[in-house]
Amino acid sequence: MSIFLNQDSKIIVQGITGSEGAKHTARMLAAGSNVVGGVNARKAGTTVSHQDKDGKDVELDVFGSVSEAMEKTGANVSVAFVPPAFTKDAAIEAIDAGIGLLVIITEGVPVQDSAEVWAYATDKGNRTRIIGPNCPGIISPEQSLAGIIPANITNRGKLGLVSKSGTLTYQMMYELRDLGFTTAIGIGGDPVIGTTHIDALAAFQEDPETEAIVMIGEIGGDAEERAAEYIKDNVTKPVVGYVAGFTAPEGKTMGHAGAIVSGSSGTAEAKKEALEAAGVKVGKTPSETAQLMRDMLK
Amino acid sequence: MDLFEYQARDLFEKHGVPVLRAKVAETPEEAKQAAEELGGGTVVVKAQVKVGGRGKAGGVKLAKSPDEAAEKAKEILGLDIKGHETKKVMIAEGADIAEEYYFSVLLDRSERTYLAMCSKEGGMEIEQLAVERPEALARVPVNALTGIDEAKAREIVEAAGFDDQVGPKIVPVLQKLWDVFKEEDATLVEVNPLVKTGAGDIVALDGKVSLDDNADFRHKDHEELRDISAEDPLELKAKKLGLNYVKLDGQVGIIGNGAGLVMSTLDVVAYAGEKHDGVKPANFLDIGGGASAEVMANGLDVILGDDQVKSVFVNVFGGITACDAVANGIVKALEILGDSATKPLVVRLDGNKVEEGRQILKDANNPLVTLTDTMDAGADKAAELAAAN
Repeated sequence: MSIFLNQDSKIIVQGITGSEGAKHTARMLAAGSNVVGGVNARKAGTTVSHQDKDGKDVELDVFGSVSEAMEKTGANVSVAFVPPAFTKDAAIEAIDAGIGLLVIITEGVPVQDSAEVWAYATDKGNRTRIIGPNCPGIISPEQSLAGIIPANITNRGKLGLVSKSGTLTYQMMYELRDLGFTTAIGIGGDPVIGTTHIDALAAFQEDPETEAIVMIGEIGGDAEERAAEYIKDNVTKPVVGYVAGFTAPEGKTMGHAGAIVSGSSGTAEAKKEALEAAGVKVGKTPSETAQLMRDMLK
Repeated sequence: MDLFEYQARDLFEKHGVPVLRAKVAETPEEAKQAAEELGGGTVVVKAQVKVGGRGKAGGVKLAKSPDEAAEKAKEILGLDIKGHETKKVMIAEGADIAEEYYFSVLLDRSERTYLAMCSKEGGMEIEQLAVERPEALARVPVNALTGIDEAKAREIVEAAGFDDQVGPKIVPVLQKLWDVFKEEDATLVEVNPLVKTGAGDIVALDGKVSLDDNADFRHKDHEELRDISAEDPLELKAKKLGLNYVKLDGQVGIIGNGAGLVMSTLDVVAYAGEKHDGVKPANFLDIGGGASAEVMANGLDVILGDDQVKSVFVNVFGGITACDAVANGIVKALEILGDSATKPLVVRLDGNKVEEGRQILKDANNPLVTLTDTMDAGADKAAELAAAN
């Protein structure tokens, strides 16, 4: 098993004809994802050519809208590679179409747009699970990839991973490549995101194949503290944690729009303490975190 | 981006929020002239710094004449307020204050929506009020799609406990402050104090606004609000080169790909530094996905421009980026920089095409470059070299 994404997931790409969309459509197909089409209203009716993981040519239809793409292909996942100025509209279109999972890769989305998208999704009863924005997406190794996570780092295994950061996700998957993963999710480093640490923790707790969970956080906001509260009451599987940004000074945004310490809130130290108080073992470095996980599973 | 009070005032005025007439001055002479232009009567001279607690620090003073305004401006200009040097003052009309209130609307990350806060007891530090008398501070969630319309403004005013006399006068002001928040893509709009004058008018006497940099593409005018003089010259240079760079106070220059990995690299270098004379990371620099030779050269150029830097740690996990491209980038960057590259470089590559990348660096055989196998070993080596130099 896995969470949110599996070998039966049918993926469409919003912005499939753009340079990023085209590049990552090719990568997703090479990783074995079942990409079934794309969306670009201005290029509806055309096709794009790619190859699947066996090197076989595939022609993918470009549709005028997400709802049309879903109707014609049975897609249940959309990955959005659209510029920041158009991300809100693309997301609302996907939510209106009622797609099950929407992964928004785009970096630099205005936070008010993200807040409106979230409010809109909530109004529609949260039929659409949103991952992102500003995230690397989700991978269930050997099953499917919806996003830009490299598919060759590690194989299917027994760990679940949830992280705010892309490259730290890759680093941790690499450190723990001996154990492998059911699913790894990068939820994104923006102030307002769809799927949270808690959503992923809850799903991993329910997933029978996931034996233990790695949770990666970073400075800014209180998502890690809330996740710690949640773990204390609801997660019985072993969890190890890692928090980046101990050396980050107050008031400086460290790359991610949401990664900022303001006053005493959002510090790495506070997050580490909250996680440890919930019984989570927290590593000082990615390699130490990986070792904690290995020791725990012995 | 946080704005100065006078910039917030200008945005308030643009959106129809009632404010007092005011002008900005950078010298006592300008302050005098501003006071004259405002009618020659009583004015308030206020330090323009992006930090709270100005009043207590002596940064806000009353002046009864233009000459006195010049005197007060002279006292305030140059004043250090909590580490912020006062370079400008705002000269504002004197106000006849009857009562002081508080209002703010901000992004509530945890709830993924906005939060309005309002109190009849303004003027003081709001954090203090929130702790000491939480019941005096109304907190009302604001839906991102519907915002603060008339009904929501009434709800906020009622929650704060305003009576039928004052409440209806505040409602339209809150709606206009919402316009500022919404139309300027702010993450915070705060008015403290929002005052009732002796004549019963509602006026925003002070303002704090934070704008979302991600929304700059739809606000070309926001660029003018940037306080370039306060920015670090290296950060400014990096920004012009399109690099995500933050200057810190340390000796080990850091280059990496991805915000999280770079933050993590800073931490690992700081831990390693504990064993090597306490050296610390010198900067945050995320070169992002496409680590081309040009990006690498620009990054190195910025980092080597920091005189404090004694060694550089390049930490890349090749995900989408291939390590051979990064290695080529490093080799070419060192060629481009030529004699100006003099600091030792520790490189750790992993992931996509790592063998090819390492081979390229071995073949180039640049005496400045040391290859390491892991992030921890690289951090240790870079700290050791920084301590030795």
